[in-house]
Amino acid sequence: MTSPLLELKQISVSFEGFLALRDLNLVLNQGDLRAVIGPNGAGKTTFLDVITGKVAPTKGDVIFKEKSLIGQKEFRIARKGIGRKFQSPRIFENLSVQENLALAVSRPKTPLSLLMKSLKVKHLDQIKHLMSIVNLQSKANIRAGALSHGQKQWLEIAMLVGQDPDLLLVDEPVAGLTDEETDLTADLLKSLAGDHTVLVIDHDMEFIRRLDCPVSVLHQGHVLKEGSMSDIQKDPLVIEVYLGKTDEEEQ
Amino acid sequence: MGIFSTKKSWINLTIWVIIIAFIIAAPSLLPVFRLNLLGRYLSLAIVALGVDLIWGFTGMLSLGQGIFFALGGYCAAMFLQLNSAGEFPNGIPEFFGLYGVETLPFFWEPFKSSIFTLFSIWLLPAIIAGLLGYLVFRNRIKGVYFSILTQAALLVFFNFFNGQQKLINGTNGLKTDVTQLFGQMVGSEIMQRWFFWISAVLVILAWFFARWIVRDRFGNILIGIRDDEARVRFTGYNPVIFKTIIFSIAGGLAGISGALYTVQSGIVSPQFMTVPFSIEMVIWVAVGGRGTLLGAILGAVLINYAKSLVSEALPASWMFIQGGLFILVVTALPEGVLGWIRKDGPKKLLFLLGINKKLETYPSLEVNEQGEVKS
Repeated sequence: MTSPLLELKQISVSFEGFLALRDLNLVLNQGDLRAVIGPNGAGKTTFLDVITGKVAPTKGDVIFKEKSLIGQKEFRIARKGIGRKFQSPRIFENLSVQENLALAVSRPKTPLSLLMKSLKVKHLDQIKHLMSIVNLQSKANIRAGALSHGQKQWLEIAMLVGQDPDLLLVDEPVAGLTDEETDLTADLLKSLAGDHTVLVIDHDMEFIRRLDCPVSVLHQGHVLKEGSMSDIQKDPLVIEVYLGKTDEEEQ
Repeated sequence: MGIFSTKKSWINLTIWVIIIAFIIAAPSLLPVFRLNLLGRYLSLAIVALGVDLIWGFTGMLSLGQGIFFALGGYCAAMFLQLNSAGEFPNGIPEFFGLYGVETLPFFWEPFKSSIFTLFSIWLLPAIIAGLLGYLVFRNRIKGVYFSILTQAALLVFFNFFNGQQKLINGTNGLKTDVTQLFGQMVGSEIMQRWFFWISAVLVILAWFFARWIVRDRFGNILIGIRDDEARVRFTGYNPVIFKTIIFSIAGGLAGISGALYTVQSGIVSPQFMTVPFSIEMVIWVAVGGRGTLLGAILGAVLINYAKSLVSEALPASWMFIQGGLFILVVTALPEGVLGWIRKDGPKKLLFLLGINKKLETYPSLEVNEQGEVKS
């Protein structure tokens, strides 16, 4: 077996004594689709912050393509092939859909090449292709800020794919989406897996079930359980800390 | 560029035709005193373009552009002083005699060369801005902290220049109007006419240059940095480099602007580095239209022209008018005058005043309005 694409080893993050992550281990192989769930405050977003270089772990190592990412700047990690979608859609609202995607697909990402060279034909084709994936062809010249919430989420996913990353980190992609949009997003992510490695964070159970992939349950900063959705739902520990709690609240 | 591009370019074209017609007509219409004022204001438009690039596009509010403006002015003035120093004792500028200085300070030497001066006017401020910017941006200082820091830097430069009598005549500054250039007095009418033309041409060139910078993806990254810097980073761009480059460019533009302003006002002094002057630059851009390059030019020229006219008629009232104008723009026209025009502002205003009852976008409203009037 080849070495994993991403490996988190014994990651701990402490914010002034509070342990946001503790001894977190996770392995992702090329082409995996993985969902991470967990109650609020379980450290889901911190865990993405560590991978993308926004937060430096207090302890442990992040190995991506057999090299450590610790101490690297965010934009360098992004260039190595890790794309991140934020919880609320973060796109450039004052640029058009096409311009947003152009920034994502541009290569090299240096000032001189942006200023002196025009976008390559293959990149223009890529933009068209991306817009067709997320169904935004008719909105190419619309200001991104004028899109609906769901379209913004998709534009951000399209930008992510446009960066051509090996690993896509997707944080709550279906927050605020309609059921239909949620289903479409699940299908989109499933179609991306295989060519890319995709890690999805969410707590919409229907959505995770639809992804039909291995699930890691995060609790108090470490992985409580890994397995398929049906296994997870039967696990008494998981029910106690997460699913059970919701049931109680509902009652 | 977006859906408004055709209308936007029509408005731009119209304004450009007016500006160029005015520039061509001005030398024969205006007395030389007014022409000189207009030339100065055109040179101020160049620093305003720089402020617009860093603030309007990139979202970095610098309150220290006076530093780079003054540096450009000093470079030009040092060259002119040396150029006409032959008749004075020791062959060095006259003011040195007042402080008993007999040899030229070392940093004056290269300014004997006209070529060096022509480069240093924009390159020196650009390099200093680049270095200062890099240190600040690398440490992720932004927003209000960036503004405060630039203002503090301005005060440091101001106080330093004020105190250096023996090097650059301190608070008195360097005069240029009685210096010689091409066998002519710099303050003479013929030279001033030339400086007017140079300013006019350079404003237009500076506009083209700024336009070229923001036209495509580079400009979009600047807008991206303004709106969401983290997203830029996670998309794989290094914002530090982009911010340093644009801050350096704005510094270079400020230098050119300062040099032209100096030769047309006859003196450069630490007064160019006072806090209010650098804040005024921001006001010109805000009033003209932040993020619209043409708006920066209009703002700089029109506000300064208004300033001189108002100050002549009602001395001491200008500060109130300028303050009022700024408040009006911030509250009523947040995108500045040009942004307002582009968004059909005048049409809406006419409609509100009841002068023009036709509003294309709401035909039904028009019918109702007429119906009410009739009944």
